[in-house]
Amino acid sequence: MSAITSKFVAVWRRNWTVHLRTWKVGFLPPLLEPILYVVAFGVGFKLMIPNLTFHGEEISYVAFIAPALIAVGIMNSAFFETTYASFVRMYYQKTFDAIMSTPVSVEEVITGEIVWGATRSLMTAAIMLGVLSLFGLVHWPTGLLLLPLAVLGGIGFGSIGMMFTGWVTSIDLFTLPTFLFVTPMFLFSGTFFPLDTLPGWAQQVALALPLTHLTLVARELCLGRTGGWPVLVSLVYLIGFAAVCFFVSLVTMRRRLIH
Amino acid sequence: MNEDVIRARELRKVFNDLTAVDGVSFCVKKGELFGILGPNGAGKTTTIRMLYGFSPMTSGDLAVFGLDIGVHWRAIRSRIGVCHQENNLDPDLSVRENLEVFGRYFGMRPARTREQADRLLKFIGMEQRADAKTPELSGGMMRRVILARSLLNDPELLILDEPTTGLDPQSRHLVWERLDELKRRGVTILLTTHYMEEAGRLCDRLIIIDHGRILVEGKPRDLVAKFVGRQVVESSPVRDDLRAFVEERGLEHEDLGVRMIVYCKDDETLYREIHEKYCQENCILRTATLEDVFLKLTGRELRE
Repeated sequence: MSAITSKFVAVWRRNWTVHLRTWKVGFLPPLLEPILYVVAFGVGFKLMIPNLTFHGEEISYVAFIAPALIAVGIMNSAFFETTYASFVRMYYQKTFDAIMSTPVSVEEVITGEIVWGATRSLMTAAIMLGVLSLFGLVHWPTGLLLLPLAVLGGIGFGSIGMMFTGWVTSIDLFTLPTFLFVTPMFLFSGTFFPLDTLPGWAQQVALALPLTHLTLVARELCLGRTGGWPVLVSLVYLIGFAAVCFFVSLVTMRRRLIH
Repeated sequence: MNEDVIRARELRKVFNDLTAVDGVSFCVKKGELFGILGPNGAGKTTTIRMLYGFSPMTSGDLAVFGLDIGVHWRAIRSRIGVCHQENNLDPDLSVRENLEVFGRYFGMRPARTREQADRLLKFIGMEQRADAKTPELSGGMMRRVILARSLLNDPELLILDEPTTGLDPQSRHLVWERLDELKRRGVTILLTTHYMEEAGRLCDRLIIIDHGRILVEGKPRDLVAKFVGRQVVESSPVRDDLRAFVEERGLEHEDLGVRMIVYCKDDETLYREIHEKYCQENCILRTATLEDVFLKLTGRELRE
């Protein structure tokens, strides 16, 4: 892996340059999504769902799910960037082939793509943070720590997305990791209901999923807490998850691209 | 010793159960325009991909600028330009932005990239279309932009994989002129093509490969002289007594059923004889071309 130098920044900047041309489309989902959820759950569900007790404090249901929305946004931004979007660049536009005729290595291309995915997560988190702050759902300034968290989560989910990109034979096959991995996590990672309402075995399964840990840390930060063992454990898990997926993705993509 | 820009010895590339390149050796000298010819699937693109360090070789020795490609790939790639066969321009970016983004991969300063982009857009006659998005361009224009992009770093070696496939005659002539100009400036050029007219016209030296092996190597004119002679007689339709005559005289020929090509070598009287006796009306005498050599060596059956 000695082939990674700062040249990956040029790959990242290629995506940034394209983003500057097309941001108006990509900008809307992270802006509108939290508003839709807050309105739906805060207004629509308010009568059905009572406040709940979290860490001995009573909080509204909207305050409970707001950090999870950011965590899901972080996951989706990076994952869909390094699956569908990277696949289009690799397979249909042959962008990677073009880059690899210059003094840039395959590892640098993949690193640039994953860091770009994390950048998308960061932008999503920043926008959602702003929107949710307007509703008073984010503790300041502790909530700002969600930004570095978004980068860490983005590297992790971007890497696992890139890993799948190294495996799938056609773009249609991304429906598999989406429905087997992303959608179950979206629902069962302590996002919309506390983990302890699940049966014991299901809690164990949920604890193995990266979104559970991202949600846990995001929720603590949104509520203005920073310390505690669970947060530390989750952060270590997320760092390990990102590191492992990053190296595996380099291997699967090298195998796919170099022949 | 450093005269050779490319020195390839016994290059081999094996994919699972297919030997794509099977012991290819050749040298390309500084300032030369070298051609790799061959039917589809002959191993041209695979050879090229090994040359710029994209595909690792299964075995063999390969030095570019005297440097080992496995070790010094980054230094080598910063001194070469590659013009790919397929369109891999960025569809979201304009022509100029395509060049500017590419300059970053070489670590070029933005001011220098802009300068180069202006110069190269003029070179390919597209300064008017600098701000067009690439999907709006015609096939010929895209190819010219890809050529410009491959020249961005002022390469000492330019590698072109079928640069004129699918181009209209105007664009093709423009590309040829530009390649001539680059050659005059001392750029070493390696190109693959399956247009024999192109190869015959541009290449100083070439190899014809098939099934991953080199069939012949030489200067286009020498190859024509050696394998088919100066002239050929074409007769269509073919009369049986012509067949008998050719057999009896043991003449080198190609019998295509409805058409026969007889290689005359340097025999001036042969045409007259064939013309008078066997095909008064349907006979032509023409200059032998590289295409005759190519078809003679690689056969006429369709590929792929």
